[in-house]
Amino acid sequence: MPSPRYHREIPQRYRLEAVKCNNCSKILFPPRLICPDCGFKQFEKIKLSDEGKIITFTIIRVAPAEFATQVPYSIAIVELNDGVRITTQVVDCKPEDLEIGKFVKLVFRKIQEEGKTGIICYGYKAVLT
Amino acid sequence: MREVCVIGCGMTKFGELWAKSFRDIFVEAALKAINDGEVDKIDSMYVGTMSSGLFIGQEHIGALMADYLGVAPIPAVRVESACCSSGMALRMGFFDVASGNSDIVLVGGVEKMTDGADVTYALASAADQEYEVYQGVTFPGLYAMIARAHMYRYGTTREQLAAVAVKNHHNGALNPNAQFQREITVEQVINATLVADPLTILDSSPVSDGAACVILASEELAKSLKKPLIKILGSGAATDSLALHQREEITTLKAVRVSAERAYKMAGINPSDVDFAEVHDCFTIAEICILEELGFVEKGKGGLFTEEGHTSLEGKIPVNTSGGLKSKGHPVGATGIAQVFEVVEQLRNNAGKRQIKNAKIGLAQNMGGTGASSVVHILKNVND
Ligand SMILES: [Zn+2]
Repeated sequence: MPSPRYHREIPQRYRLEAVKCNNCSKILFPPRLICPDCGFKQFEKIKLSDEGKIITFTIIRVAPAEFATQVPYSIAIVELNDGVRITTQVVDCKPEDLEIGKFVKLVFRKIQEEGKTGIICYGYKAVLT
Repeated sequence: MREVCVIGCGMTKFGELWAKSFRDIFVEAALKAINDGEVDKIDSMYVGTMSSGLFIGQEHIGALMADYLGVAPIPAVRVESACCSSGMALRMGFFDVASGNSDIVLVGGVEKMTDGADVTYALASAADQEYEVYQGVTFPGLYAMIARAHMYRYGTTREQLAAVAVKNHHNGALNPNAQFQREITVEQVINATLVADPLTILDSSPVSDGAACVILASEELAKSLKKPLIKILGSGAATDSLALHQREEITTLKAVRVSAERAYKMAGINPSDVDFAEVHDCFTIAEICILEELGFVEKGKGGLFTEEGHTSLEGKIPVNTSGGLKSKGHPVGATGIAQVFEVVEQLRNNAGKRQIKNAKIGLAQNMGGTGASSVVHILKNVND
């Protein structure tokens, strides 16, 4: 992907930066310019919890080109302790170890790379705790 | 607003149409619809296509198709809402006629997916690129997570998911336009190659080329042309978060429910008044969730409802009599209009071996992504 696009998402992917609505306290990840619940436009910057549990999951057997060498790999929707949900890979475990409700922690990992000359892309993945 | 009727419809066969180009399949379907509608002019045109830019490097579809259909300089525009692009295009055409702006509108859908583009990449563009696709999730993966959550929460079984594909292949085997005209078994679905657990390749709709078109006209004009009166009673559309993880409930397709409620209200009917439906079974779990959101069965019971045969051709509410996306094929941008094509054929008592009895009111439900957009149309045969 073009590097400005990658660069813009770094605060979220590297540091889990989110915003909290100053009016209704809803946490938005990634940050938005307007709260979808109350329409307020002022936010406080916060860091997401890096712990949570699995809401649902799958094992990807047929992957896009960037992930083809990783199959099979596990993907889950994880609800973090502050209530925010994210889609993330779950790594360092066998696919059959995953269950709905199991606890996870987010770690910083390489996500994909842009072929021979492109940048290496990083972000969060989950591990079972 | 004026009442709007469908007075003509046409579609290509769906499948791997390697010998035919993107523009030619659209024109083929459009000419069939024009011939069927017996019209000698078109006032405006709406064309649904999801991703012609990624599939074949072509944008600016409205003008291209108006040119190749020989109807320029009429206004023509492309409508995009991922896999419900042509369902949304129908809504645009409906309001164009209803408002009195146009008397005769051609609405079409078209997609060319087998020209060598990276199909997985193109389809993934209907999901959240930065926060879903970036992590390595695929479309089958997203629907697999809905399936897993539905099984966990409601006890839906692997066999019930398979029952959707088996039923739709049974119907598709009776449809000469279908990509796969053959029956499959529950065992075949379950034992097929896993794509994203628990979904296999036979839970998934295929990669297809195809086009479908309808001609809309005001009721007054339809009567003067002495066409069978197939009226659009209601049109409803809705949106939801693009990212599946941002929904309140993973197994609830809120945009589908809201779009249906709006269509029912406009039509002045209840779910129990619907005789049959074409729904967006891009994956087997999608049809189960949609049955629930359309109000045909209570939440969580869509799998059992299917397994018990209530959605079969002989059931209380036949669903996807055409074979659905699963068996008929899913050229994404064409699907919404192809659904309406089937509804019209059934309402005209013209559906051959898959014709259902007493088809008076039919519903077509088309959605984009994992249900971030949905559009529902309700049609009725008002000739009697
Ligand atoms: Zn707020």
